Amino acid sequence: MLTISELRKKFVSGELTPLQVFDNALEAIKEKDGEVHAFLEVYEDAREEAIIATERFLKEGDSAPVLLGIPLAVKNNILIKGRKATASSKILENYVATYDATIIRKLRAAGAIFIGATNMDEFAMGGSTENSAFGVTKNPLDLSRVPGGSSGGSAASVAMGIVPAAIGTDTGGSIRQPASFCGLVGFKPTYGAVSRFGLIAMGSSLDQAGPLTNSVADAELINSVIAGLDVNDATTIDKDTYVVELVKEKYTFGIPTKFLADGIDDDVLKTFNEHVESLKSLGHAVVDIDLPLFEKGLAAYYIVMPAEVSSNLARFDGMRYGLSVEADNLLDVYQKTRALGFGKEVKRRILLGTYVLSSGYYDAYYGKAELARGMMRDELKEIFKSVDFILTPTAPTPAFKIGEQEDPLAMYRQDIFTVPVNLTGVPAISFPMGKVQREGIDLPVGVQYIAPHGGDARLLSVAKKIYDDRL
Amino acid sequence: MNQDEVKHLANLSRIELSPAEIETFTKEMSAILAYVGQVKDIVDGGVSKVPTVGLRHNIFRKDEVTNTPDQYTQDILGEMPKTDGRYMVVKKILNTDT
Repeated sequence: MLTISELRKKFVSGELTPLQVFDNALEAIKEKDGEVHAFLEVYEDAREEAIIATERFLKEGDSAPVLLGIPLAVKNNILIKGRKATASSKILENYVATYDATIIRKLRAAGAIFIGATNMDEFAMGGSTENSAFGVTKNPLDLSRVPGGSSGGSAASVAMGIVPAAIGTDTGGSIRQPASFCGLVGFKPTYGAVSRFGLIAMGSSLDQAGPLTNSVADAELINSVIAGLDVNDATTIDKDTYVVELVKEKYTFGIPTKFLADGIDDDVLKTFNEHVESLKSLGHAVVDIDLPLFEKGLAAYYIVMPAEVSSNLARFDGMRYGLSVEADNLLDVYQKTRALGFGKEVKRRILLGTYVLSSGYYDAYYGKAELARGMMRDELKEIFKSVDFILTPTAPTPAFKIGEQEDPLAMYRQDIFTVPVNLTGVPAISFPMGKVQREGIDLPVGVQYIAPHGGDARLLSVAKKIYDDRL
Repeated sequence: MNQDEVKHLANLSRIELSPAEIETFTKEMSAILAYVGQVKDIVDGGVSKVPTVGLRHNIFRKDEVTNTPDQYTQDILGEMPKTDGRYMVVKKILNTDT
């Protein structure tokens, strides 16, 4: 698949039209997606927009909006007016969005065409897209393996070459880990950089939307379209909220060696070490850092996130929208609707969240986790005085087999390197650092670069130099 | 954590659980809570302080109407499981039998 900037050039020159690209994408979905199941719904009627975009290029040429005619796949927890927004849950199986999310409005204004909704773990809870109420998505690079999650359908749609980019959401690694498993670039902006208005909330203090792409330049382009202050999301930040980290020629990279000492697949660690060596040969400085609190971040995350989940998902009551199971009294309607509408992982997290927020345990769990979060922010602030970026592998393993991770705790450990980023609100990017072989198949693995708050532009700039310019 | 506690949580969460679910969740929740309990080590080992309020707070938007009358009404009514004209139908919450 061509990158967005390559498509753009061909659209302007007339070598290729948005309509051809759209039709090719539909064809590719029919050919490949039966097996992979990245899409929950394909918007064939969007062909009209591809026709209009094709006509507009004839008149407007290079002055056309930056994403005109570019087909995008959208994770199904992002609202597009008039389309189903299911969050891959039975409770929203027939829910049709009544308005556009802010990021959808912005992408539309920039000329993007939404070609379909992608599968995900139910309400974005999971790291494998196995928790979808509508069936698993397979990894296009090895159909016996998961594409990662929760934005697994978005990642698979790009990895299959159907679309040049897809939109995902990231609460604890849900953009970055699937990017790692599918050989893509995945970007999680600074918390507040991108509006959450019109996203189906999971953990409101953690969620951010971002792109999955084939190049860092494409991720940068999409991010530039969707980022910005939004009157409908009071947590969005403006350009003065954080000190903007300037772009430099040479950087200092911090490696939390102790944090990486155990629990990582040997091949992943070897690939990571090779990546670090390549940075040295490019003239960057590499130093060893200590992040003692980060190692415990996962524990804090699996308190804060379920707490927010239990609150956010309380709105699904069978009254105003979504599934409603008929029963004799109000309490039974609630209980039966939620019993039938939610899947196992969602129920597990709601129960856990209810527990950590209950009066007897609030201080021991939620209160402590919020304190830990503040201390992690302080720890990070201190570290970023001496390094520009922190590096880790994105995930401790390459893509695992479908059905392999049955123990919920083992699955949660997949998130060990990604969740501290969401807990502290800093930006991070994952891009491929190499491949590891499993059963004769080369599987991609990603490296994660973490920057301080407001370091988004610097992060994208360095990743562009290292990844996009690698050849 | 025992089965009665899980039943109580399910009741607070307004989720009906099957006996099989209660059994599985009881086992899993104990393991998960033992793991997340590590968070105490972070806080007890360091200087704990009150969490800081976010950099941006008390954000208000202008107090003005941004939609036209009935702009979203039909779409929203259309999503409701049960309606009566422009009203949503809900179960009664007061028991008048006693």
